[in-house]
Amino acid sequence: MSDTAKAPAPAGRAAAKKELPEHLKAYKHVWIFIEQERGQVHPVSWELMGAGRTLANKLGVDLAAVVVGAPGEATQAVVRESFNYGADLAYLVTDDILANYRNESYTKALTDLVNAYQPEILLLGATNLGRDLAGSVATTLLTGLTADCTELDVDAEGSLAATRPTFGGSLLCTIFTLNYRPQMATVRPRVMPMPDRVERPLGRVVEHPLGMVEDDIVTKVLSFLPDRDSTKSNLAFADVVVAGGLGLGSPENFQLIRQLAAAIGAEFGCSRPLVQKGWVASDRQIGQTGKTIRPKLYIAAGISGAIQHRVGVEGADYIVAINTDKNAPIFDFAHVGIVTDAVRLLPALTEAFSKRLSPHQRDRLAS
Amino acid sequence: MHIVVCMKQVPDSAQIRVHPVTNTIMRQGVPTIINPYDLFAIEEALRLRQQFGGEVTILTMGPPSAEDSLRKALSFGADRAVLLTDRFFAGADTLATTYALATAIRKIGKEFGPPDIVFTGKQTIDGDTAQVGPGVAKRLGLIQLTYVSHIDKVDLDAGLIDVERRSEGGVQKLRSKMPCLISILEGVNEMRIGSLTDALKAARATIIKWSAQDAGVEDIAKCGLRGSPTIVKRVFAPKPRAERAEFIELGDKPGDAFVEELFKRRPKLESELEQLTRGY
Repeated sequence: MSDTAKAPAPAGRAAAKKELPEHLKAYKHVWIFIEQERGQVHPVSWELMGAGRTLANKLGVDLAAVVVGAPGEATQAVVRESFNYGADLAYLVTDDILANYRNESYTKALTDLVNAYQPEILLLGATNLGRDLAGSVATTLLTGLTADCTELDVDAEGSLAATRPTFGGSLLCTIFTLNYRPQMATVRPRVMPMPDRVERPLGRVVEHPLGMVEDDIVTKVLSFLPDRDSTKSNLAFADVVVAGGLGLGSPENFQLIRQLAAAIGAEFGCSRPLVQKGWVASDRQIGQTGKTIRPKLYIAAGISGAIQHRVGVEGADYIVAINTDKNAPIFDFAHVGIVTDAVRLLPALTEAFSKRLSPHQRDRLAS
Repeated sequence: MHIVVCMKQVPDSAQIRVHPVTNTIMRQGVPTIINPYDLFAIEEALRLRQQFGGEVTILTMGPPSAEDSLRKALSFGADRAVLLTDRFFAGADTLATTYALATAIRKIGKEFGPPDIVFTGKQTIDGDTAQVGPGVAKRLGLIQLTYVSHIDKVDLDAGLIDVERRSEGGVQKLRSKMPCLISILEGVNEMRIGSLTDALKAARATIIKWSAQDAGVEDIAKCGLRGSPTIVKRVFAPKPRAERAEFIELGDKPGDAFVEELFKRRPKLESELEQLTRGY
């Protein structure tokens, strides 16, 4: 992926597309790496199947799902599911040593598949796993990788146009890998809409051996400690989100955000400065470097709305912004704005929503 | 123990402005800082040195002005700083950057002893790609341990290292071998305040400056813009939304007034919120 410190290439250079070297002309089709751990598919993979379908149709090529994992029913179920999300075919590498994600084994599995079956486009989720894997695979293949894209398209010549925010989200840039294959990109979760799932029969599955044994892998997994559900933030998938920013004035006032969130069944979040100040844990951060959210209702209190925050919330159906500054950028993309001090308004909102929404619960508590 | 920390000097993104007419970044007067994520890598390296002895080398690629950030890193107590600077490196994407850094790390290994650990931050705040660490590891044939949230144990004699690595939905406890490349998560430690002695030493220190040739680059075509498979074709500001927010006045009972207004505008929300509050 392009280091954003670089100046954009002059248009002349980019436009002067060289003929692809002969050995790269055979690269065809769009591949999606299906990220799964212990049979659980990361939703970003299905989101990518939706985006990949659009690209494949424009190019007139196949859309393939790439599944890597331990042999057995869980992995087979993932393969079947990939057809329900629109795969024309699937590539499958199974081996007992692929039960847990490790960079060495997964890099080999994916790199070997690419070399053997030659896709023109390879997309992965910009998750910890996807970014760990994509960097290794792209470097092994010596091809271009555009990280954390927010938009994908193909241009008139059939090249992948990958758009991503840069400089902390203050600008967007569109990046091409013209003379190398595959063209690789990672896409952040929740940026692309989830496509419809349609029950379809199992299609062609191409199996490929891993060609590696446990002794070849240096890194051993000693154990896996799953996050406790109670502490896990479900922010990215929440239907309603309430978030606070620096306008709250003090870490104590963040409590007001949690209270409103609790009153309306929402997840709570915050803008980047609150994480940097240590007021709120980083898994609650919303924005370019935090979580991307797509709720039905988003209430932003005391958040100025810097572009880095904006790119994380633009997918929301309805945005309510509360800020003392009438000129705050958040009002440029919110649907409804209230110019007031969030610290004063929040308790009133909590009270009004509680009264309106849970009369039954209130009655129960009263009796 | 020899530890190399890869660091980047970045513009303080909080202060970046976009020119409203030309859509270009207004760099003038934007202060530069050590990439905040790299501070955790520097601190972790210094802590390991404290425990096991040895040296910490800071490496950065950038313009000559990146010397400022290297001096800052030295003031925290690092032993030496290497600045990789050459016009041939300009315009590098992540693949070309990893070529230059990997070459320089090999040279550092020859001159000052091979590193046991190469540290990077999780990502930079200007590029945000998190791809340079994995690329450097691959090029040097180092074991790659990304998103490390804790270093549990280092056994120098056996060359073993145990780490906790953040993955989706949990933490992997891994046992691996050195030499390795570790990208460290933010918040794992708290950056020290450098001692006065280190600050004085840093002010007087000689920053090692290497051109591409000095660093041992064999193929200049793999560096900078020429060595970059990706091409930035277009840079543009995000589209403004068609309309600004509609401002509403809430009067003296703002809570009730807001709830009324909200459900009037988005009638479906009322039943949806009701379901959510009942634990659906």
